[in-house]
Amino acid sequence: MLHGPAAKKEEDKAALRKSKLGLKLFFVYGLIYAGFVVVGVFRPELMGVRVIWGLNLAIFYGFGLIILAIVMGFLYHLACSRLEDNLNIKEEKK
Amino acid sequence: MIYDVSNLAVLIFIVFVALVLLLSFYFARKTKTSSGYFAAGGTIHWGVNGVAFAGDYLSAASFLGIAGMIAFAGYDGFLYSIGFLAGWVVALFVVAEPMKRMGTFTFTDALDHKYNSRSIKLTAAISTLVVSIFYLIPQMVGAGDLVVPILGLPHWAGVVIVGSVVIFIVATAGMTSTTYVQFLKGGLLIVFSVILTAYILRKGLETEPNPEHHHFVSLEVTTDPFGEIILEDDSQYTLQEGISTGNDSFYLLEKDGISNWFHLDESDDGLFLNEMLTIVIDAEGNVLYNGAPRTERLFYQVGHVSRVISDGEEVESSGPLNPFSFLTRIEDSEIVRYIRIAFDFNGSSVVAWYPEVTPGTDIMKPGLFYRLEGASIWEKLNFVSLMLALFLGTAALPHILIRYYTVPSPRDARKSTIVAIAAIGSFYILTLYMGLGAMVSGVLDMESSNMSAPLLARSFGLGIFAMISAVAFATVLGTVSGLIVASSGAIAHDLVDKFFKVKMEDRVKVRAGKIAAFGVGILGIIVGILLQGMNVSFLVGLAFAVAASSNLPAIIMILFWDKTTGRGVSASIMVGIVSSVLLILLSPTMFERYGLAREAALFPLDNPGIVSIPLAFITLIVVSLLTRRRELTA
Repeated sequence: MLHGPAAKKEEDKAALRKSKLGLKLFFVYGLIYAGFVVVGVFRPELMGVRVIWGLNLAIFYGFGLIILAIVMGFLYHLACSRLEDNLNIKEEKK
Repeated sequence: MIYDVSNLAVLIFIVFVALVLLLSFYFARKTKTSSGYFAAGGTIHWGVNGVAFAGDYLSAASFLGIAGMIAFAGYDGFLYSIGFLAGWVVALFVVAEPMKRMGTFTFTDALDHKYNSRSIKLTAAISTLVVSIFYLIPQMVGAGDLVVPILGLPHWAGVVIVGSVVIFIVATAGMTSTTYVQFLKGGLLIVFSVILTAYILRKGLETEPNPEHHHFVSLEVTTDPFGEIILEDDSQYTLQEGISTGNDSFYLLEKDGISNWFHLDESDDGLFLNEMLTIVIDAEGNVLYNGAPRTERLFYQVGHVSRVISDGEEVESSGPLNPFSFLTRIEDSEIVRYIRIAFDFNGSSVVAWYPEVTPGTDIMKPGLFYRLEGASIWEKLNFVSLMLALFLGTAALPHILIRYYTVPSPRDARKSTIVAIAAIGSFYILTLYMGLGAMVSGVLDMESSNMSAPLLARSFGLGIFAMISAVAFATVLGTVSGLIVASSGAIAHDLVDKFFKVKMEDRVKVRAGKIAAFGVGILGIIVGILLQGMNVSFLVGLAFAVAASSNLPAIIMILFWDKTTGRGVSASIMVGIVSSVLLILLSPTMFERYGLAREAALFPLDNPGIVSIPLAFITLIVVSLLTRRRELTA
């Protein structure tokens, strides 16, 4: 079962829109990530400021980047699945 | 050694290796085709693939290196966790599905899919090999570090054992056995990291971390009118020698026939000579640990909280803590870290570590390793360069990219990436607890930061130590298997089959892949032995820089710039490899490795990404514009 031929490649009508969405989300996350680096470089003293639940900015921002990646990943998948279902099924119906 | 061999750990390790070998035997009988060998037939379930992604990616650098770096340098080690995980965003949003659509077995297939260019085949295969070998080195170094306390064997033996087992795994069933080894390892790693974190939180913070914790000697001294140090009459020590280097003064004291170095500290309470950890190598090559052979166990495990502050009160123990209060209590408290210094004395080379009380506020923000407050422009650029390489490196690692070919569809590739992000993200949050837990538990071996997490586990009991050690071995096995599959594909599929156009039947191609796996495995064993002692996280950071410089510009531009040409892609890959490797060889850390001063380095940054990544992008754009007309008319 594990060793059949490599899966055949089908045309994906949603590919372009998924790619654009992925690029947008990449830039959003990239900006937030860059914000972390910029604070570290230009205002490192802010990293020690306590922001919430007793956690300092360094910990809050660091955990936030990890959790945000997971959340954005789920949302991206939901959006892509919807696009695939809509566009590829519509195409099949035609 | 400063810790005992655990028979239980040896037993669990043998059982795990036996299980892995059985798995490989089982799948070997089914692996007959090149599709089966290089891509597991493209039929792995996305959930299994997602956990296997985690098993592939969470290498010795993640488990041993990051935890060790946090244990030694606080938050700066956690920067690696943040950067490594952020890199998966690039993989998911930009690379995952196109890579699946464009490729067959290897990363080179994807880059070359619309050019059919021999130069891309050659350069991408070289890039795969260079990045994989750069990544392989720290895994092997980590393997060697592990066998010393677990099996009681020398470093080289660990490298040979891991290398041999992995060669067997890959040479029998290729990607299929590799996938299941990585799945097993990824799952075990996360489960046991959760268990270890629960132990850490239950214990909380204590000024006396364990019963064996060594109390370092501190002798109050005075000076005579000439500034010479005078010991108290009842100190039982005899002052032998003294030396000053920079702002530090060290004195060799003798007691009961054992001589060791002390560090002179001045405080409001007076002058003190404080006992240090030392490794002295004399002119004949004899090595003494705190003045005695290592077997005498005077080279103590260290790292503890000197003042525990709980709700504004100084206490001896905080009691059990929750995930938030553990972090805030450390920030409120004071931790004793050990600072490394090296000097020569009468033909002997001395490496010493002296205690320094560090406020928790400094532990919990960047700055102890990557100095940022009051830092020079080069120090700041070094930080930016590291964060850039980590962000862009993941999506350019060939051994990660080939995992997209093991699932049936682009949708499965995406779903498995999300499983991977969730698993890896959760694990990286735990690295902070494991690293800080090791920092305050009196378990650190200053000779090997990589052993911090397993030694922390040992402080909670032999059972958990045995499991964590076996998981750490599995960690190395899983990642090294992936790297060897990627390298084997680059040699047998990209170079021999596609570039040199050697006509091979499918069966022969599988055999070529197995022979390549054997060769790369042997090379990994040799470099793993030669580079003993380097922090594996640091080495992996460099592998990311090479990957991000050589591969990512090509991937991104092929996907998003219509004017990209085959020659532009291959030129970019070569410039990325050469510039990043060259800059690493000229960096301060490598100069230190050559025995030269850091300041003498010809390139001022430790991480080359900030120069080599833009350089590779620019090369691709310029060469593509120059060769576009020629390729259009060809």
